[in-house]
Amino acid sequence: MSGSMALAGIIVTPLLGMVLVSLSGRRPNLREGVTLATAVALFGQVLGLYAAVADGARPELQLLPMLPEVSLQLTAEPLGMLFGLIASGLWIISSIYSIGYMRGNDEGHQTRFFVCFAGAIFAAQGIAFAGNMLTLFLFYETMTLITYPLVTHHGTDHAKKSARIYLGVLMGTSIVLLLTGMLATWVLAGTLDFREGGILAGRVGATGTAVLMALYMFGIGKAALMPFHRWLPAAMVAPTPVSALLHAVAVVKAGVFSVVKVVVYVFGADNLMSLGSADWVPLIAGFTIVAASIVALRADNLKRRLAYSTVSQLSYVTLAATLLAPISIVGAAMHIAAHAVGKITLFFAAGSIYTAAHKTEVSQLDGIGRRMPWTMVAFAIGALSMIGLPPAVGFISKWYILSAAMDTGHWIAVAVLVVSTLLNAGYFLPVVWRAFFREPAPAEHHDGGHGHDDHHHEHGEAPWPMVLAQTVTASLTIILFIYHEPVLKLARAVAGGE
Amino acid sequence: MLNQHLPILLVVVPLLAAPVIVLLRHSLPSWLMATVASIATLAIALQLHQQVVSEGVISYAIGNWPPPLGIEYRVDAANAFVAVIVALIGVFVMPYCRRGVAPEVRAEEHYLFYAMLMLCLSGLLGILLTGDAFNLFVFLEISSLATYVLIAMGRDRRALVASYQYLLMGTVGATLYVIGIGLLYLQTGTLNLADMALRLPTMGDPRATLAALAFITVGISLKIALFPLHLWLPNAYAYSPSAVSAFLAATATKVSIYVLMRYFFTIFGETVVFDARHTGVILLALSLAAMFIPAVVAIFQTDVKRLLAYSSVSQIGYITLGISLHSVGGLTAALAHLFNHALTKGGMFLVLGGVVLRLGGSALDRMAGLGRTMPIAAFAFVIGGLSLIGIPGTAGFVSKWYLVTAAMEEGQWWLAGAVMLSSMLAVIYVWRFVEMAYFRDPPEGHPPPGEAPLSLLLPALLMIAACVWFGLDASWSGGMARLAAEALAGGWK
Repeated sequence: MSGSMALAGIIVTPLLGMVLVSLSGRRPNLREGVTLATAVALFGQVLGLYAAVADGARPELQLLPMLPEVSLQLTAEPLGMLFGLIASGLWIISSIYSIGYMRGNDEGHQTRFFVCFAGAIFAAQGIAFAGNMLTLFLFYETMTLITYPLVTHHGTDHAKKSARIYLGVLMGTSIVLLLTGMLATWVLAGTLDFREGGILAGRVGATGTAVLMALYMFGIGKAALMPFHRWLPAAMVAPTPVSALLHAVAVVKAGVFSVVKVVVYVFGADNLMSLGSADWVPLIAGFTIVAASIVALRADNLKRRLAYSTVSQLSYVTLAATLLAPISIVGAAMHIAAHAVGKITLFFAAGSIYTAAHKTEVSQLDGIGRRMPWTMVAFAIGALSMIGLPPAVGFISKWYILSAAMDTGHWIAVAVLVVSTLLNAGYFLPVVWRAFFREPAPAEHHDGGHGHDDHHHEHGEAPWPMVLAQTVTASLTIILFIYHEPVLKLARAVAGGE
Repeated sequence: MLNQHLPILLVVVPLLAAPVIVLLRHSLPSWLMATVASIATLAIALQLHQQVVSEGVISYAIGNWPPPLGIEYRVDAANAFVAVIVALIGVFVMPYCRRGVAPEVRAEEHYLFYAMLMLCLSGLLGILLTGDAFNLFVFLEISSLATYVLIAMGRDRRALVASYQYLLMGTVGATLYVIGIGLLYLQTGTLNLADMALRLPTMGDPRATLAALAFITVGISLKIALFPLHLWLPNAYAYSPSAVSAFLAATATKVSIYVLMRYFFTIFGETVVFDARHTGVILLALSLAAMFIPAVVAIFQTDVKRLLAYSSVSQIGYITLGISLHSVGGLTAALAHLFNHALTKGGMFLVLGGVVLRLGGSALDRMAGLGRTMPIAAFAFVIGGLSLIGIPGTAGFVSKWYLVTAAMEEGQWWLAGAVMLSSMLAVIYVWRFVEMAYFRDPPEGHPPPGEAPLSLLLPALLMIAACVWFGLDASWSGGMARLAAEALAGGWK
């Protein structure tokens, strides 16, 4: 009973936050206070569910009867718990960061920004705790729409064009492929509930399952499997806090979360394994990992480099989930958490650099580590996690994925992981090296072609809220390396006890 | 006592309101009368629907003349459901008219406007309830004549041409229909639809039946604006007064669709229409053409009213697609979309009416910066647009759910892809408005318009809200659509 009350609270809190933020729009301090209070309240409620869910309880809540046959329903299960915790926890930190960023850069439309931000978190919680595919789809589309004003925040022609790609790819894939897949599932299985062992087992043959699998894997455009990844780099036109929380955590994780959820609870890992209908997915995911890394290697714009790194890292999760071994599913769930804290740190650092130094390109970062040591140390930790080196949490998840690949004898996957680790090192370490070991370029050397003409005054660190936020996430990256038991417990429960 | 006369009351209340309005003459009392009549109509329609759902088919003999000879009103879950839709839209549109019509229709003609609206409402409800083929034609003409006048009342002179265009095509349609029932009468010797449905199967399958089917189908399709017989519709919607656009878009074509369904499923029967002929295939092909071609045309419109009009032609394609599947699932989808699209398109036209009132025109260019100057209207319009696309959480999604699952259940998997691709076209035409409203600066030199008056905004917002509500909770609309579909497919027993 209390479990379903908690679920209701989790859905209502961010909605209430949206209303209160928009009402307090004229008083920025109050407005940001509301955002922070909402974020803390939400995280507290999600955390309150943790113990019960980790112990095996599955609280449920019936919402509206959306269709006579299928209702909207929320269910807390371990994977959703994990995603819910990540999204709501990092919302607190990124709210602090946003306050510094939005004020530091004199951004306009700040009320709309914070309202939509809360809306995105609302959608993320809905996805995390969706009890069936219909509910998940509802919140999935809500998330696409509510993040649209964030991507177009600057309202420029460039923003408009990028937002067209964003919306076109996300909505196109979800309507044409994912919705078709969901409706086909309904017609074939007669239910859209998430059940352990899947709902399609024994109802569809190998070819049919493969087709459905394709509809889901490409239809969940937020997981950015190639060739439907273009929206993610396009979304980088948004202010950096959006890129950090939404396009490194909430939106993209909603994508890979849905991938894992569909593989485990709709298809059923054992079912897919015995039919062999998902064998092609690791290949596409592997290709995405390597190809996106190569693009990242060549990108000079820092946010673009991070975006392609995200495309690549998301496919780690898809790859791990579709290796279909219990240990690989643990790896997939772990990587959702690991990548979240690491990548948000990297984006925070990129935003700090932009705010303090007005620099956006990697080639401008020579020697910046001396002026912004906190920022660049945080960046370095995030980079370690991306590469998968201790003492960062990325090592743990990569370890699970790699051993799963070896256990299942999937040597292509092993090769992909090794090559991508090298590529990751190839595009992250030079940034760190430039920042700390190269002399700053003389000021007049820059031609001001990037819209930051006379900003070569002496700059120091970014505003303190931003530094605080990135320090916290960088610390989390290390803390989770040492103490990852709570995450692992949930991940194991997803994979079926183990 | 009164309860057993509900079928006739539903038609008579608005019918009598019309002459009373003519006697009242002044704008305000006319409006009050029309509003009261439309609210009463809705109450009767709901009560009637309730009765039918709980007690089954109602047969009402006009003047106590027993059915095969006298005119019969026959109400089942199908026509009662569509009657609720029509009456509901009437109630939404009426409060809107008071302020909405003032700048569009000359003050001394207001009473005529309301009288015509009442006649139109009465005609549409009559078409729905009557169980007599010729009586149906009479009501068809009542509603059509009233509609021609209403369209001609638009303030633009092009409204006259639009009305004339519709008059010509509508008359052709009605004539074809009459020829069709003439042929049926020759064969069966009855005009009572239920009686006809019983006698037709015993006639074998002569060519005259085929001819009647063809005449009726084409005649009614003209009124439906089924592609490619839709040429009257864009102008009629674009140049008529805003309230009329909303009312017509939500009701007129829908009622004709009901007539087509009734003839296909109850009178001729599925065997004659679908199994022995290629009607289903032809309808399917036309529906697909409707889903794509007018949607592409909508993308290139420079006027928002015309954009919505072409979108309507495209959405009608979804409804006829449901019919062409000739299954209960397909009919459910068609009827659910009848309801959902009425709410969506009616609401969007009402929102647009308020915008046009403030901006003085409906050209897309004028909507620049609308997100800033009329934020509520712009947002409501976008929500309506999302429902046209079929985003979950809006009524349009529910229709799409039914339509695609019905196609899949019939084994027509490829149709799912067609429906989804056509929704992508809707994304494009809706997003043309979004980008205009939110990424352009309001035109210089004009004072910012500000939101439409509350009496316009409120009904519009209520309809858009209903659109979201029935997207989140379709247990009533979906359930009733299924009952209606079963009633249609099950015949008039």
